[in-house]
Amino acid sequence: MAKPRVKISKKIKKAEPFEVKTLISHKMESGQRKNEETGENFPRKIINTFICKLDGEEVFRVKLYPAVSANPFLSFYVTAEKSGELEFIWIEDDGTETQYKKSFEVPA
Amino acid sequence: MKRQTVLFCLSVAAGNLMNTANAADTEDWSSFQVKDRRSGYTYARVETRAIQDDDFDNPGYIWVENGAELWATQDGSKGKSCMDCHDDAAASMRSVGATYPVYLPQSKKLINIENRINQCRTAQMGASAWAWDTEPLLAMTAFIKNQSKGMAVSPQIDGPAAPFFEAGKAFYHQRRGQLDLACLHCHEMNHGRMLRAQRLSQGMSNGFPTYRLKWQTLGSLHRRFRGCNRQVRAIPYAAGADEYVNLELYLAWRARGLPVETPAVRN
Repeated sequence: MAKPRVKISKKIKKAEPFEVKTLISHKMESGQRKNEETGENFPRKIINTFICKLDGEEVFRVKLYPAVSANPFLSFYVTAEKSGELEFIWIEDDGTETQYKKSFEVPA
Repeated sequence: MKRQTVLFCLSVAAGNLMNTANAADTEDWSSFQVKDRRSGYTYARVETRAIQDDDFDNPGYIWVENGAELWATQDGSKGKSCMDCHDDAAASMRSVGATYPVYLPQSKKLINIENRINQCRTAQMGASAWAWDTEPLLAMTAFIKNQSKGMAVSPQIDGPAAPFFEAGKAFYHQRRGQLDLACLHCHEMNHGRMLRAQRLSQGMSNGFPTYRLKWQTLGSLHRRFRGCNRQVRAIPYAAGADEYVNLELYLAWRARGLPVETPAVRN
């Protein structure tokens, strides 16, 4: 089961990039691993898209492929003019979406 | 013929890596080293160490967090959770990770944390035992051992534990498998050198259960034992076997004084 974790840098300054780290527990089944019992490959099931929105506006998007390791860790930078809320969305092959929200404060 | 091939492989490996071993030896490993005993941390690459150093980046904490949830979850016919008896794990489970495995008079043998968890589940909670290397058992073991993070490993090897310690020590020095190698041939005589693409460590157990990048998941110490046994082309024991629990005590003694690092990150 996918379980997200998010950490937003505490050193935020107005209009300056700050770091956002995300990690989600996920097997990232590549579709290339063989099930020894049936001889068939385990069906592919990975997180193929990650989106980050700042107050509803998309600011970051990643496409992920089967070579990405399990429990994908993504770290990136966001710039904000004012305090707000970041929304994170992980989308799996079968369409399952995992969402997580976290607000942050920009000192005046 | 086979013996020659092995010797050849080993000599190539030995020649390869002399310089990297020396470079690492000059670093100050502070708490990750006690005299000549070095944690596997000191043999890991800088990138791998960076993942372990940050509790957020470290994927092992996924299991620790899941373990914390399981700690408070009721299970079994008696409707009890771990917390009902043991209360706050930060207090009640502190030092467990640094002292296990221990001798248990009731069962007249040595038991490790996994055994202890399952014993509690079956006897106290009326729940079924968790199978080895399943998610809940890994999570609970990691959670419990994590309560001792930073404490020095200090197992008791005398008294009733002595015969088990001796058995573990004998296992460690026993040649096995088609390659006819004992644990000490890699982990005492050749640590710091390369075994193909892998850097041999001293085989310290202080970071287990460990998140291994190769496994892409957290794994138990017994899983590591089985992998090692297979690599010398021996038939591994089952995870949870008494032989491995005894070996666990010997390894804990070898790692005495090193900090508990659970969940460590290794390649």
